Amino acid sequence: MLHIVACIKQVPDTKIIKMNPKTNTMDRRTAPAILNPYDAHAVEEAVRIRNRYGGTVSVVTMGPPPAVKAIKKCIEIGADEGYLITDRRFAGADTLATSYAVTKAIEKISKTNPVDLIICGKMSIDGDTGQVGPGIARRLDIPPLTSVNKVVEVNQEQGYAIVHRKFEDGHEVVQSTLPCLLSVEKTINEVPYSSFPNMLKAAKYEPHIWSVDDLENVDIKQLGLKGSPTIVSKVWTPSKPEGGTLLEGDAKEQVEQLLSIILEKKELFTVKEES
Amino acid sequence: MDFQDYKDVWVFIEEKDGVIAPVSLELLGAGRKLADKRGSELAGVLIGENIKHLTSTLFEYGADIVYVYDQPIFKHYRTESFMKALLHCSNKYKPEIILYGATSTGKDLASAVATDLPTGLTADTTELDVEEDTGLLLASRPAFGGNIMATILCKKYRPQMATVRAKVMKALAPVQGRKGTVIEEHIDLAEEDIRTKVLEIVKETTKKVRIDEADIIVAGGKGLGSAEGFQLIHRLAETLGGVVGASRDVVEAGWVAHAHQVGQTGVTVTPKIYFAIGISGAIQHIVGMKNAGLIIAINNDSEAAIFEACHYGIVGDAFEIVPILIEGFKNALTREEVSHVREV
Ligand SMILES: Cc1cc2nc3c(=O)[nH]c(=O)nc-3n(C[C@H](O)[C@H](O)[C@H](O)COP(=O)(O)OP(=O)(O)OC[C@H]3O[C@@H](n4cnc5c(N)ncnc54)[C@H](O)[C@@H]3O)c2cc1C
Ligand SMILES: Nc1ncnc2c1ncn2[C@@H]1O[C@H](COP(=O)(O)O)[C@@H](O)[C@H]1O
Repeated sequence: MLHIVACIKQVPDTKIIKMNPKTNTMDRRTAPAILNPYDAHAVEEAVRIRNRYGGTVSVVTMGPPPAVKAIKKCIEIGADEGYLITDRRFAGADTLATSYAVTKAIEKISKTNPVDLIICGKMSIDGDTGQVGPGIARRLDIPPLTSVNKVVEVNQEQGYAIVHRKFEDGHEVVQSTLPCLLSVEKTINEVPYSSFPNMLKAAKYEPHIWSVDDLENVDIKQLGLKGSPTIVSKVWTPSKPEGGTLLEGDAKEQVEQLLSIILEKKELFTVKEES
Repeated sequence: MDFQDYKDVWVFIEEKDGVIAPVSLELLGAGRKLADKRGSELAGVLIGENIKHLTSTLFEYGADIVYVYDQPIFKHYRTESFMKALLHCSNKYKPEIILYGATSTGKDLASAVATDLPTGLTADTTELDVEEDTGLLLASRPAFGGNIMATILCKKYRPQMATVRAKVMKALAPVQGRKGTVIEEHIDLAEEDIRTKVLEIVKETTKKVRIDEADIIVAGGKGLGSAEGFQLIHRLAETLGGVVGASRDVVEAGWVAHAHQVGQTGVTVTPKIYFAIGISGAIQHIVGMKNAGLIIAINNDSEAAIFEACHYGIVGDAFEIVPILIEGFKNALTREEVSHVREV
């Protein structure tokens, strides 16, 4: 039986987020926390693979206690188990420290049920890097496969998976040994509305919650802010471009001016042969 | 870690079917400035099969050194094989900075290399600078959620690494005959050591929209109100012979496909003319189009940030202005034709 782990993250919904116009920072209190949209596709793909071959889908996340809600959302999508690692010592992690902590959690999960396949989202909408997935793969020393937009086959018996990796102008078909880690594109699937039984299950579900002390062989120095090589040194508002000339007059006059400006670049416009 | 041992600026050179990715040449341009500021050398790292002939191009675009790994095992990009070559090179020659294009390949490789080294990696950088005396890389990118930029540093580890957006940096004008040093390297790596195999490469035959190659882009935003309203953008684009661009909110609303999205999580574009219509001008959008030759904004809110990022602006309702523009343009073209005829 396959054991698939999806890595997920709870993120502020940047679409609804309000900005503080004075400080130019976002007001996190106004932003509802949601399951990272890309990770919903990761969980959905894990569920589909499980439904095809049989097995278990576990989801794992590092985050603050309210991240339980994101795990419940994954149970709604169809995951079987959820694991939250939460601890002040994880706070302030960059991608390197995040991949370290999540790897420690996956190692612990593997002890009772060895993992065949790990699936991550393409990126998180707040971290926005896509670096955590490959980082986890390297730490576990399994092949990372990014930009995956189709899973063709997962063959546990013979220990391989075949996937499509998308590029700018097409895709490649790649075979990898199992276990491996996939970072999946949004286009890989559509996440349907949750079924009623799954919603009931999610409402009652209580995830496994671990602190640093529940994990094994953890080097505290590699966690959180301390374990993060990158630091944000300053946040600044980009020097405003001088700003453009606002055209004046009524709509017609404005358009006339605009036309004379763009027609200076006449060479760009191919004159259509109109009869 | 003795920082003294680490010098030079490197660029990972992305190559496919014998063609160097444009972003790699752009990064040589950006890397040249950093290396000059540090008084160090600029190197390219070129990994592939039958690629040695590409080194001359890299010198012409500013590299002083090119490290070459030319082995059959590098025929296709694979994370594990390329990572091993780059780690080998980095451990042997110790660069101070490594830059990668923020393409699928560049990001994939950089993430893996950063974990193994280990070192810090800044994603999707749009501005680069270096501290002259310390060599500290100042990698800046639009930050989460707001109209702000963040500068990210990696103080305690070397090399410092960043992926950089395509089309943001400028390639140098190539200097014919400019020469440099080729350093050929080799790693012992057997096919059996690699756990992935590329079975097939499929080129998409259907012509995809490539907004990054267009001279004229007519981009529309949430201000168009609906998918029907957005048709106005298609009409103007068609009239002008341009392609359609969009803000992220429009793409998320499903009015147009993601391939049209301009900005941080879309495409960076440098057309000769860019229209931003009903687009507010969030930083994530601006970083994707600010290098356009002529930026024209149409928005009914005179306070919209887009007016600060444009060359010419019209404060007004898109549904009033654009139809006049379409008609006016059609008429102007006919007039032009007439005047051509007279000249002849
Ligand atoms: C991590 C992250 C990445 C992002 N990446 C991108 C990206 O790649 N690209 C991108 O575009 N955005 C991106 N965004 C989103 C960005 O922050 C903005 O939310 C988005 O660009 C806003 O889209 P908009 O301008 O179309 O909509 P709005 O901000 O809603 O602006 C609509 C504008 O239309 C004007 N308007 C309304 N009616 C009319 C009318 N009748 N005529 C003329 N004007 C009218 C309004 O005055 C307003 O200025 C990203 C955000 C985050 C957090
Ligand atoms: N805190 C986290 N816990 C678990 N998985 C994560 C976490 N952060 C990121 N990931 C995974 O890594 C992917 C890429 O995230 P990022 O590198 O932040 O863009 C996400 O889509 C998740 O699958």
